[in-house]
Amino acid sequence: MPNYLLVDFGSTFTKLCSVDIDAEKILGTSAHYTTVSEDISIGYNKALNLLYDKIGKKIEFDQVIACSSAAGGLKMAAIGLVEELTVEAAKRVCLGAGAKVDLVFSHHLTKNEVRRIIKEDIDIILLSGGSDGGNSENVIFNAILLGEMGIKIPIIYAGNKSAEDDIRDIFEKYDMDGYICDNVMPKINKLNPKCARKTIRNIFLKQIIEAKGIKKIESEIDRVILPTPNAVLQAAKLLSEGYMEEKGLGDIVLIDIGGATTDMYSICYATSRSDVIMHGLEEAFAKRTVEGDLGMRYSAPGIVKSLSEQEIAFINKEKNIDIVKEVNERYKNVHLLPHDERDEFIDQFLAEMCAYRSMNRHCGRIHEVITPMGKVFNQSGKDLTSVNYVIGTGGVVINSKKQKEILNQTTNILNDQTQLRPKDPDFLVDQLYILAPMGLLAQKDPRLALKLMKENLKELK
Amino acid sequence: MKTIVIGVIGADVHAVGNKIIDYTLVNSGYNVVNIGVLSSQEDFINAAIETDADLIMVSSLYGHGEIDCRGMREKCIESGLEDILLYVGGNIVVGKQEFNEVKEKFVDMGFDRVYPPGTSIDNALEDIKEDLGE
Repeated sequence: MPNYLLVDFGSTFTKLCSVDIDAEKILGTSAHYTTVSEDISIGYNKALNLLYDKIGKKIEFDQVIACSSAAGGLKMAAIGLVEELTVEAAKRVCLGAGAKVDLVFSHHLTKNEVRRIIKEDIDIILLSGGSDGGNSENVIFNAILLGEMGIKIPIIYAGNKSAEDDIRDIFEKYDMDGYICDNVMPKINKLNPKCARKTIRNIFLKQIIEAKGIKKIESEIDRVILPTPNAVLQAAKLLSEGYMEEKGLGDIVLIDIGGATTDMYSICYATSRSDVIMHGLEEAFAKRTVEGDLGMRYSAPGIVKSLSEQEIAFINKEKNIDIVKEVNERYKNVHLLPHDERDEFIDQFLAEMCAYRSMNRHCGRIHEVITPMGKVFNQSGKDLTSVNYVIGTGGVVINSKKQKEILNQTTNILNDQTQLRPKDPDFLVDQLYILAPMGLLAQKDPRLALKLMKENLKELK
Repeated sequence: MKTIVIGVIGADVHAVGNKIIDYTLVNSGYNVVNIGVLSSQEDFINAAIETDADLIMVSSLYGHGEIDCRGMREKCIESGLEDILLYVGGNIVVGKQEFNEVKEKFVDMGFDRVYPPGTSIDNALEDIKEDLGE
């Protein structure tokens, strides 16, 4: 009877999920604090013992597969030419590959910007700019500056094809760790993520895992194959599309509210309407956005940062709390778990803010334009109005007593008709924390991964 | 190969002429970047930067061309496209105004070529060949 162990080395928790392949069921799940600063195997082994306790006996695993976002995840810098075009394309490719985009630069780089790349410990740089046959000057300038300033971290070039040979020479001249890929935006508004995404994943496997201290555990696990967000994206895509005779759920949105970020995934086409004119960069069917300033602990201060004094005063009065003090406490003590009703109340409120605001940035907008030919609709971004499900995951959602209130914040509660938020979705919660593990299992056995997700996601009435 | 950005500016959805221009220029050997209808000045300029374009051809069929095109040359200069050629054509103003006056207005706004209603793209093609030196 083959058993698989699926491991997610998260930034805060190491989560385990064991699956019995023949019986087609989840044997158990467990979690323990990730111990990346001392030795990652300590936390892993503690979680493993917890898992054995839950199952009631020690079991053998035929395969141990892991994903990781430990030690800050995969940190990338996205560089392009024009903000709305190649910069945005580069950023989206990084996010889709499961990276965290810490730095974003446009036009000519400055020395100061290159210094920031060094200072912020970026793992991989994605350098793009120019459509194929278009502007070469900018990427060549940037590649030379990166070379002159001694950048040795992996650089993926995915810009104008016409500059490729020059870039290759620059990589050689300055002895850089360079990779050449297809242009992320070969034509205006066309997104071409495949090649760059694959290269990001290969570099992650080859170099990053070692740097993040996961190498130490390699004797115990078979392999680390994906950055965690990429595993989740794969799981969401499978859950939406279905596999062979196992039907999918159709269009879905997934929200993962974590300590440092709020990640949002939508699996659907940009629009199903024929009466709208689309605007801007092409939208991916499976799209991920990450809000680095919206999170429950590390990024809690970000939640109130953009509020005006009046709004803060209103919240404090309405909820009878001191919101600024509360977010700062959470920022200082990132391991804080709610221990009374008041803590729960504040976490609930912060989670609702994360859900509302991250959807604000993820969903598309539609505007009526009155023209001499009548009314037309101009849409940018993705239309999520007809998604079937909004699925919640992340500690705060899973542990909340009012899960539906959090997820409901992704819908159009303020009735702003320009925002293309989900209109009347059903809600599911990833109660067992299995989405990332199922993304891993999907690499081996997509049908079973899909079946287990459908059985184990909890529907909210 | 020379690159030309084409599109229809403002709240204008006239797509037919846009397709004809696209077809003719592609057949004449140009690299055509068609940003389509409902395009803003910034859409034209961004596309021109990324594609290293030589010429931007703005179409406007619904009479609001003057408002939609104002300030475009200044934005091009700000964006590093000092030398880019700007053409405009279609029904670029409302009503029956004297075309020479209209032309003067658009030349003052920084457009290199201005075409009256009903101009065939073939006529403009001669100018393109002359201006782009091909």
